[in-house]
Amino acid sequence: MVAKRIIPCLDVKDGRTVKGINFVGLQDVGDAVELGHHYAMQGADELVYLDISATYEGRHTFTALVERIARHINIPFTVGGGISCMDDAARLLDAGADKISVNSAAVRNPGLIDEIAGKYGSQFVVLAIDAKQTDGVWHVTTHGGRQLTEKELFGWAKEGQERGAGEILFTSMNHDGTRQGYPCDTFAQLADVLSIPIIASGGAGSVADIAEVLTHGKADAALAASIFHYGEITVNELKRQLDKLNINVRL
Amino acid sequence: MTTIIDYDTGNLRSVCNALQRIGVEHIVSDNPDLIRQADHVVMPGVGEASSAMQKLRERGLCELIRTLTQPVLGICIGMQLMCEHSEEGNAECLGIFPTRVKRFVASPEVKVPHMGWNQIRNLRPPLFSNVEEGAYVYFVHSYAPMPCSASIAISDNGTTFSAALHNRNFFGTQFHPEKSGSIGEQILKNFIAL
Repeated sequence: MVAKRIIPCLDVKDGRTVKGINFVGLQDVGDAVELGHHYAMQGADELVYLDISATYEGRHTFTALVERIARHINIPFTVGGGISCMDDAARLLDAGADKISVNSAAVRNPGLIDEIAGKYGSQFVVLAIDAKQTDGVWHVTTHGGRQLTEKELFGWAKEGQERGAGEILFTSMNHDGTRQGYPCDTFAQLADVLSIPIIASGGAGSVADIAEVLTHGKADAALAASIFHYGEITVNELKRQLDKLNINVRL
Repeated sequence: MTTIIDYDTGNLRSVCNALQRIGVEHIVSDNPDLIRQADHVVMPGVGEASSAMQKLRERGLCELIRTLTQPVLGICIGMQLMCEHSEEGNAECLGIFPTRVKRFVASPEVKVPHMGWNQIRNLRPPLFSNVEEGAYVYFVHSYAPMPCSASIAISDNGTTFSAALHNRNFFGTQFHPEKSGSIGEQILKNFIAL
């Protein structure tokens, strides 16, 4: 059976990765290609590069970076951040991205999912959902969790799948950054309503948290940033520990 | 020189990049002469089978591909088009590999598309020389060729399927060697060494 995936996420601003410590042996930890290669060598199954540039110039730099990533990295990678129209998707596909993730733009214009998946296939489209639980309801949010929308998590995820998304990347805004673990019951419920793979994001503080979301939470993949960037655990060590817990990972 | 067949089915760049990384000179073309004269031919492809077959027909490439004599590698849809038939769009294909392409059946345990790293087994040389039994490679697909006499690797996603095929000078992989890390690079090197 297909292995559970471990996906480091790299935030990129103006062409440089913004988090991270000085790993031994890395010349330039801000170089997104070098850091990505480092994770790939450690056994990362995929990479996600998230563009957090706020300017046109920053976006332009990101496209050039995606071309360089595609030339040098020999595992699949997803790019996201600010993708709001077909032109953005086409530009990143041409640059060599294997997948793109859409978030706020798809909330505003759900037809964007149909459009991109229709043209480039479902395997190219990851629907990222940031949701926040208030009064027992999971509201889809935009703008990094600051803005609540009318949409509800399960309905939106299902709609995304029907419109052609190939994967769902779900982040709980209640858990993101807390390092207290994932809302595993919610992940498991999501897996019950979807047939496409689910990537869990936001909240990992330990190996046990990741193990739980991949088993009890039924997630197909776990995405993490801080635990890798701050050198708390290597991808390889994490996967060895998951393997000891009888979780099917690629070693 | 290696020629990558261009038949307008999406992104060929990742295959170009992978060949570049292992130092293989290549061109992308739909010119029959450049395909016929190449030392090696690669037929990648993403998208839907019946429309991809239609594009091969429109460019007059079907008979050309069937009669190639140098090593040919089909990747993903490229390999599926070399089978007899695909359930996707009920497509009659090139008939190079003696098998049919069927859709996976989704269940709580089996996700469709089959996306991610999976193990390949029953590996046969020369394509899998120096690749360990049970190696992980990267798959993204919803349809797969069934096991047959031409299978040189199998894998499982709810059902057992052909992960790679070989008949005469024709090879195919259902997975993406261009995205399968160092194992994928070894497989591409093995092909180029033929």
